[in-house]
Amino acid sequence: MKPSDFPVSIENLKVELGGVSVLDIPCFCLGEKEVVSLIGPNGSGKSTLLLVVNCLLKPLSGKICFRGTEIISREDIFRYRRKISMVFQEPLLFDTTVFNNVASGLKIRGVSGKETKDRVTNYLKLFSIEHLANRSARKLSGGEAQRTSLARAFAIQPEIIFLDEPFSALDPPTRHALTDDLEKIVRDTGTSAVMVTHDQSEALKMSDRIVVMNNGRIVQTGMPSEVMNSPVNEFVANFVGMDTILEGQVVRNIEGLMHISVSRQEIEAVGDWQADDKVFCCIRPENVTIETFDPGARTSSRNVFPAIILDIDSMGPFLKLTLDCGFSLMSYVTREAFADLGLYEGKKVFASFKATSVHVIPRSV
Amino acid sequence: MKLIKNFVGMFALFVAVIAVSCVSPASAAPVVKNVILATTTSTQDSGLLDVLIPLFEKETGYFVKTIAVGSGQAMKMGERGEADVLLVHSPAAEKEFMAKGFGISRRLVMHNDFILVGPPGDPAKIREAKTTQEAFKKIAAAGALFISRGDNSGTNAKELAIWKAVGVSPVGQKWYQPTGLGMGQTLNVASEKNGYTLTDRATYLAFKKTLGLSILREGDPILLNIYHVIELNPAKSPKINIAGGKAFADFMVSKKTQAVIGKFGIAKYGAPLFFPDAGKKEESLGK
Amino acid sequence: MDLIIDGIIKAFKLLIALDPEVLGITWLSLKVSGTATLISVFIGISLGMVIALTNFPGKKFVISVVNTGMGLPPVVVGLFVTVFLWRNGPFGFLDILYTPTAIIAAQAVIATPIVMGISIAALQNLPAKMRLQILSLGATRLQMVWILLREARLPLMAAVMAGFGGVISEVGASIMVGGNILDYTRVLTTATVMETSKGDFDIAFALSIILLILMFVVNYFFTLIQQRERPR
Repeated sequence: MKPSDFPVSIENLKVELGGVSVLDIPCFCLGEKEVVSLIGPNGSGKSTLLLVVNCLLKPLSGKICFRGTEIISREDIFRYRRKISMVFQEPLLFDTTVFNNVASGLKIRGVSGKETKDRVTNYLKLFSIEHLANRSARKLSGGEAQRTSLARAFAIQPEIIFLDEPFSALDPPTRHALTDDLEKIVRDTGTSAVMVTHDQSEALKMSDRIVVMNNGRIVQTGMPSEVMNSPVNEFVANFVGMDTILEGQVVRNIEGLMHISVSRQEIEAVGDWQADDKVFCCIRPENVTIETFDPGARTSSRNVFPAIILDIDSMGPFLKLTLDCGFSLMSYVTREAFADLGLYEGKKVFASFKATSVHVIPRSV
Repeated sequence: MKLIKNFVGMFALFVAVIAVSCVSPASAAPVVKNVILATTTSTQDSGLLDVLIPLFEKETGYFVKTIAVGSGQAMKMGERGEADVLLVHSPAAEKEFMAKGFGISRRLVMHNDFILVGPPGDPAKIREAKTTQEAFKKIAAAGALFISRGDNSGTNAKELAIWKAVGVSPVGQKWYQPTGLGMGQTLNVASEKNGYTLTDRATYLAFKKTLGLSILREGDPILLNIYHVIELNPAKSPKINIAGGKAFADFMVSKKTQAVIGKFGIAKYGAPLFFPDAGKKEESLGK
Repeated sequence: MDLIIDGIIKAFKLLIALDPEVLGITWLSLKVSGTATLISVFIGISLGMVIALTNFPGKKFVISVVNTGMGLPPVVVGLFVTVFLWRNGPFGFLDILYTPTAIIAAQAVIATPIVMGISIAALQNLPAKMRLQILSLGATRLQMVWILLREARLPLMAAVMAGFGGVISEVGASIMVGGNILDYTRVLTTATVMETSKGDFDIAFALSIILLILMFVVNYFFTLIQQRERPR
């Protein structure tokens, strides 16, 4: 695809703060009507990248192009900004009514009174806040305020919308409702979107593509399932929740089925690594099943290990078990299953997982 | 930053507007028409100048800026060339001023008198004194509270001269309290604290109804308060308005003005506040 | 006590009778302090905005200088301005000593740090990302400035009122640089001092009360603007 096919593309972007490199991105592109999520730990540069793509922060070097045209001068930046909008974690509403807030972008562009009124009313409806039109912004709840901020951003009908953790400050039910509404509106209006989020389920749900960042660099970019299940390295694996990451070495590979030696055990996995290759084995806790007796031939999992429960952690509706199988293994069980199986710290159990659940990535050391 | 350029531009325009709107008729007049008269607060407070200045302005077309400060400050202004003519009443200091060449002409205008006032109970018993000098000595001897102007004014100079004449050094003594304030306020302090003070008659009369002080000593030659008008020496500062200063000085000693001076205060106080003396010899006053 | 009552009665008599001298003094006070406030608002808010919103080395130092300036004793300002405007001083050629212009200049010096200091605090109090949000909505620099000022209008109006209050009530600078010349540079405060030192306490009280009334009327007007809710 040529650069002009992308709404926004970045090349060789470098940002420094106080002499320290904060962002180093050789290439980043946003596709037409694409929703991209930026995830990564705190300080990875996600918000900084967002500000740079918005032209709200000047990079040390790098090229930003909007629909193929490079953005250089003040006028370029200004024209570009008129076609995009941004929503922050805080609603940052103006001290006036909800209606006036949503209308602000339009007033800035000098849109006529009648059209402003129509558009504002429409977007108030879309975000289910038309009953708040005359309420002062100071008197809104967190969810209502963020809805107003979103309505304000959408009312100008941007080609691209940028969102910086828009729902972090809200409680889960409000967050879910808003995520649903946002997704619907983004798809219906065909707006491209770049969203920074800490909530991986949010990213999974809404995005066409996920970009993982660390230390100012893009570490992996791909479809949500790809990133979640096939992390390219240890960092991403850990970040997306593959809690069990084991150092191993391939013993042999027979027609795609690998035997990997880990600690004093052997794990079977699927892949193309050859004998003597040094690897990491990543296993999601959700994919590890616990039984109180040896399942033997009843299970299709190629990996069955006796284990002792070392630690039990509460993870909301689940309990996370840390097991010792000769290597360290994590597993999730529901509270119900935990009770049914009569589990406790120190109990001997059997842990099993399929060969296809083991994700193998290279290890340099 | 474009922001700063915007504001600098608007600010320049703004200042221009203000500058134009600020010009009032008087200051639009050519500078040579302004006369800065440095005089004393007691002269101003007596109200005499409020009568004389308009007459002068009408007669000559000059615009007089009356700056009422103490005699000391007025003479300092004269030294620096920040005034055009002085009307002061501190003879010793004036003579020194003239000796240093700051003034080219010093003419007698009028006099009034100082009075020694104090608590009606008169703890220092100065009613028994036969002269003002003796009264001062008695105050010092009794250690009775004395409130002084302490501000280099003409009144202050007169008071210090009397102390010097009787060989008393009051500064620093517990019973001697300088206020640094004007005459009216000093009288208030003296009244509140039941102390003695030296005052000019006009201010005392103006404040009489709110004071609890009585006149305890008056009429001595030493209590004469003599006013001179001094024209300044252009050689000391080129910006002095010589013509204006001369015009004012001439005006103050003219027959017409002297007559006005002589009548001033009769309506309000029943007696004149000032006695016109132009043309007389200083030594002959008070006799 | 009766002096105060006499003063109140006299104040109303003078006002109702439209005594020309009193009206003249009142109008001059309003004109002089009003102009000084306008100048200080202009410089104070614009410079305050630049200081508040940009980062530069020594920013804290500059702000502390401004904050100190808020408490500048008017009489000290009067002294400095007098020395500058003396015939033999650096700006003597302007010949504005003992004119209303000099009082305006001195009062502008007094009011500007007050307005600036409060404006800086007002603008710094806005959410840090507000500026970015406004720009992201496609605002021009000028539009952004206007919106920020509007968002901070409550404390900014307080700044204006503080500036005006500071200068309409001061006497130290007015006396020194103005000279209290009748019908020319005599304002309510300097006239009050003069009448007091002459012993005419009833007139002094009357003038004081007129000054208080004037201050209240002006501030009432400002407060109405400050507290106004924006219409739809």
